[in-house]
Amino acid sequence: MEKIVLPEIKKLHKIDVYIENGGFKAVKKAFKQAPDDIIDQVKKSGLRGRGGAAFLAGLKWSFMPKTTDKPKYLCVNGDESEPGSFKDRQIFEFNPHQLIEGILITCYAIGAKIAYVYIRGEYHKWIKLFQKALDAAYEEGYIGEKMKKKFKTDFFCDIYIHKGAGAYICGEESSLMNSIEGKRGYPRVKPPFPAQFGLWGCPTTINNVETLTNVPAIINNGWEWFSKIGEPKHPGTILYGISGHVNKPGIYELPSGTLLTDLIYNYAGGVPGNKKILCVIPGGSSMPPLRGDQIEGVKMDAESLKAVGTSIGTGGIIVMDENTDLVKVLARITKFYYHESCGQCTPCREGTGWMLKILNRIIRGEGSIKDIDLLITVASNIEGNTICALGEAAAWPVKFMVQRFRDYFEKRVSKEIVIPVANKVHSMRQTLNPLADITE
Amino acid sequence: MEFKFSSKNLKKIEEILPKYPSKKPAVMSVLYLAQEQNGWISHEVMEEVARVLEMHPEEVLGVVTFYTMYHQKQMGKYHIQVCTNVSCMLRGAYEIYDKVKEKLGIENMEVTKDEMFSIEEVECMGSCGTAPMIAVNEDYYENLTKEKALEIISSLKKN
Repeated sequence: MEKIVLPEIKKLHKIDVYIENGGFKAVKKAFKQAPDDIIDQVKKSGLRGRGGAAFLAGLKWSFMPKTTDKPKYLCVNGDESEPGSFKDRQIFEFNPHQLIEGILITCYAIGAKIAYVYIRGEYHKWIKLFQKALDAAYEEGYIGEKMKKKFKTDFFCDIYIHKGAGAYICGEESSLMNSIEGKRGYPRVKPPFPAQFGLWGCPTTINNVETLTNVPAIINNGWEWFSKIGEPKHPGTILYGISGHVNKPGIYELPSGTLLTDLIYNYAGGVPGNKKILCVIPGGSSMPPLRGDQIEGVKMDAESLKAVGTSIGTGGIIVMDENTDLVKVLARITKFYYHESCGQCTPCREGTGWMLKILNRIIRGEGSIKDIDLLITVASNIEGNTICALGEAAAWPVKFMVQRFRDYFEKRVSKEIVIPVANKVHSMRQTLNPLADITE
Repeated sequence: MEFKFSSKNLKKIEEILPKYPSKKPAVMSVLYLAQEQNGWISHEVMEEVARVLEMHPEEVLGVVTFYTMYHQKQMGKYHIQVCTNVSCMLRGAYEIYDKVKEKLGIENMEVTKDEMFSIEEVECMGSCGTAPMIAVNEDYYENLTKEKALEIISSLKKN
């Protein structure tokens, strides 16, 4: 199978090697067409976002206003903080120029003059590598004012790196924009969406690093070619990252719709010690986990995973063998969201901490059967009641882990704890009548 | 203690500013420069950053307290960051974390007496495929065992 995003070519990160292998041909081709034609091709190709929501990239671009006095911007999301995801760093390291080419084509299509690539602060090494690639491309005249001469067009754009500083929430699109604006990374209420009100209130498009790296291949080979790779409703290749209890963890670029079992057993070399699989999280820690006995025949693409009650997310697969302590895993995931909640919305800020307390109680052996239902209640009250999707990200693992592994959790709380005082309301009352009389 | 940007850093700030339509968006990059120069972000640093970028000191404080990578106290010369998130945890990150803490004799976010080491339990660093990992300042050390992690600490101690 041909690889689109991470082809196996030595030293591809060097600009001359990239050009030798057909680099920057797509952008030349794109500049000869109208921006709307580019958007149309990407739309028809069926390219869906690789950052988690799997939204149609071309459709997103078409939301950008055609006539506006304001400058337009492109944000490239390389925040990559979802536990289980480690794909974007491979692009920065091994194929940065294809990303640059993708950014140039996208800027041309949507009419943006500046693209900000937001890279998480911990990626010092990859920021340096990508900056090196940018410098080389500037030098050669592929970015900036020199583009006019190089491509003989009127269009030019600049690409800048914006370094994050350790906040998971900045991977959320509106939070990322606030972060670029030099503010606390609070997500914004939507609508208005970024295409209307993005960076500094200007029309903005935001795409994931992997999504944009696919664009040059679509322009080069045509949308029909791309739409035939993998599953028709979610075409193309996906960078699957496998981690946890597998023999060969790592990134595998394969067509969408690859069997989950194929990925785990054939590509990642199976589970160490030939142990059984207890649980698999298919798309980064925020996605609903699957039971080990649920994974047979499951295809890895947005639609197929939706059908089994989970989601593709970022394609970060976390495998857990039969000896894993699921309560501890869930507590760790919940601790992460508790730590990363920005604190704007009460359900998320308070709920994540509450769920963590309950899970820690179960770990200490002090949990009761009521705690299991309480976990689901708290999770359900976070879900859908927050500004951004971190609410769902925190609620889903808890809700679905507890529902799908109910037997497992019940065993851990088999001791029924009798609460000595009934849960009555003891507030200030005007009357000395017993509670029963008031409620009647 | 009073803080002023070095002339080298002032030059770097001049290079950052044209990237953005106003001065405020440069705050994150400028804070990194300040942290590099001063070692940590003190109130004086925030005031100076605010002055240079024409912001309110409170806005700078808001940014500093939101992001975990700005340190509000002096950390060790070697700031050890141990990822304990799921993928690393499944491959023994907590053992490494506990051993390193034991070896250094400090707890999370503490600094050793000789100011050589500090330790921080961090969230996913994007090394899930090469777990478990630790980062020392800016460098990642991946595919670790507890022995290897302790070796890294020992070799740093000798420096």
